[in-house]
Amino acid sequence: MSGALSTAHSVVAPSGRVKLLAGTIVVLYALVAIVPLLWIGLTSIKTPPDSISYPPKVVPFLHFEPSIEGYCNLFNTRSRQTADYLASLPPANSACEEITRSRSMVVVGPSNYVPRFVNSLIIAFGSTLLSVGLGTCAAYAFSRFKVPLKDDLLFFILSTRMMPPIAVAIPIFLMYRELGLSDTRLGMILLYTSVNVSLAVWLLKGFIDEIPREYEEAAMIDGYTRLQAFRKVVLPQATTGIVATAIFCLIFAWNEYAFAVLLTSGTAQTAPPFIPIIIGEGGQDWPAVAAGTTLFLIPILVFTVLLRKHLLRGITFGAVRK
Amino acid sequence: MAEVTLTQVSKRFGAVQAASDLSLTIADGEFVVLLGPTGAGKTTALRLIAGLEAPDDGRIFIGGADVTALPPAARDVTFVFQQYSLYPHLSVFDNLAFPLRSPTRRTPEDEIRRAVGHVAKLLKIEDKLQNRATQLSGGQMQRVAIGRALVRSPSIYLMDEPLSSLDAKLRAELRIELKHIQQDLGATILYVTHDQTEAMTLASRIGVINQGRLVQIGTPRSIYEDPTDIYVATRLGSPGINLLPRALFPDLEAPASTTTIGVRTEHLAIAKAGNGAVTGKVNWIERLGDQNHLHIAVNQQQIVSLVDPDEGLDVSDEVSVSLLKPLFFDADGQRVR
Repeated sequence: MSGALSTAHSVVAPSGRVKLLAGTIVVLYALVAIVPLLWIGLTSIKTPPDSISYPPKVVPFLHFEPSIEGYCNLFNTRSRQTADYLASLPPANSACEEITRSRSMVVVGPSNYVPRFVNSLIIAFGSTLLSVGLGTCAAYAFSRFKVPLKDDLLFFILSTRMMPPIAVAIPIFLMYRELGLSDTRLGMILLYTSVNVSLAVWLLKGFIDEIPREYEEAAMIDGYTRLQAFRKVVLPQATTGIVATAIFCLIFAWNEYAFAVLLTSGTAQTAPPFIPIIIGEGGQDWPAVAAGTTLFLIPILVFTVLLRKHLLRGITFGAVRK
Repeated sequence: MAEVTLTQVSKRFGAVQAASDLSLTIADGEFVVLLGPTGAGKTTALRLIAGLEAPDDGRIFIGGADVTALPPAARDVTFVFQQYSLYPHLSVFDNLAFPLRSPTRRTPEDEIRRAVGHVAKLLKIEDKLQNRATQLSGGQMQRVAIGRALVRSPSIYLMDEPLSSLDAKLRAELRIELKHIQQDLGATILYVTHDQTEAMTLASRIGVINQGRLVQIGTPRSIYEDPTDIYVATRLGSPGINLLPRALFPDLEAPASTTTIGVRTEHLAIAKAGNGAVTGKVNWIERLGDQNHLHIAVNQQQIVSLVDPDEGLDVSDEVSVSLLKPLFFDADGQRVR
């Protein structure tokens, strides 16, 4: 309702100078925050020698010639060959092949980056979906129904967050081995869900508590069952909270490194433990690592940008006159 | 429309007895107003009929059928809430169409458009249909809320202080509109309020509620003129009824058990001192324009009276006071005749 009530000459609105100062601080902070990302992005388009040259080469085309070598090395595995063998080959049929041969190597096949990336997508989005789904149902129940020992249960759920999850790494490792969940996508989805669901329950309970129950009661009188009222009335109004919670869960599951290293090694390995491995072959291949990292950032970025309008609170709380 | 009956319904929330042995019949086409202060159990009565609460005891009938165990959706009632009345994520049109699109009703879309258009016209909100519910003023929101009840023809309309969050002018306007609509549709309405003006102007019958009990029910006139006890007497009238000790009027004929005499402000005859039975002194006058409220002290007892502004009385005048229609109450507050 704030929009409708705002006036042209508000006493409490910040003055122009304050706004300018605040804006400057925000921009400066954003610049500082973006430097590492920018550096990673730049490194991914350098050649390996450029990436470690000193003084650093900063501006593309001026200080260094951009190259796709990092991305070639990220997606391909290579093997070193003798000059005689390289000379005997037919002309290179791709830009990557040509760059690789210039380093006295040949492309022998695709790397594991794409399957690892797909694993990351499946596991992160799968566990986010599950966490938010379970969290929404649980939060609704805690918010609306008389649940026996409600406060104790909520505290118990929260208590799973009171230690770093990695503290239970060994029992989980043993348990997963026994259950055959080691190095499976299902295992990782369940693990990340168990960590995230407590966060989801608590965050979402706050959001659902704020939705007056009169709306559901009205819907039930209007001819809907409770479940239908939940779908038609509660869920649309909880969108903001659900989206915010989903982003938090996704970021955790997407970035998680420790359990991924411990529990996945092959078929279910996610991108975070894979990216450092790239470094190994043929010296320190920083552009390939930077390329892997840059691509790794994109899904979260896209997800957040797509959903950002839901993150702006206040749209749903206008009709409530308190 | 149908007759709605509560028989000996009780409901307790923890230590609070919200409805106690409540029996009430709302006839087909009747406009019954439940009047009582906050916490008296008015809203609970509505929620019990709507099925939002299950009674601990007693039965509820709508149109002769026992609905005590039915969920709200199966009862064919509508409910206008005091606030939080519109779904904020829907447009005005979708808000009005919401009950008709429910799985229990499933109305064809062209029929929905017709019904919504008709109601929008009735409530003068045709030009707002495409707005989001959040873009309306308070008065418009409440109109839409009432409209959402009107798009259906339920057994009974339940209204929980639907006008209380509006300003005085809007409230007066909507009150009149509501009464017109009810008469045009022949609607059965159970309406809850703590506002005596709403109760007096809207009701065919008023039920006065206190601590979950229905103290008295009757036409507005009978409730006003013939209250069964002090509680009911004080619910109506502004300024409130004067409650005076029996001893103040020793010469007045009254039943033996009378301890308190109630007299409404307009039932006092005031004259310049001289011939009246009891004399007092004017110590304060509130001038409202069309009438004056006279505050008179009689033996340290304050009495408020309505007088004509042309009466010519002034502060510190000695006046005589006589009672026109006294009501007698015993020590328990019960009326004695």
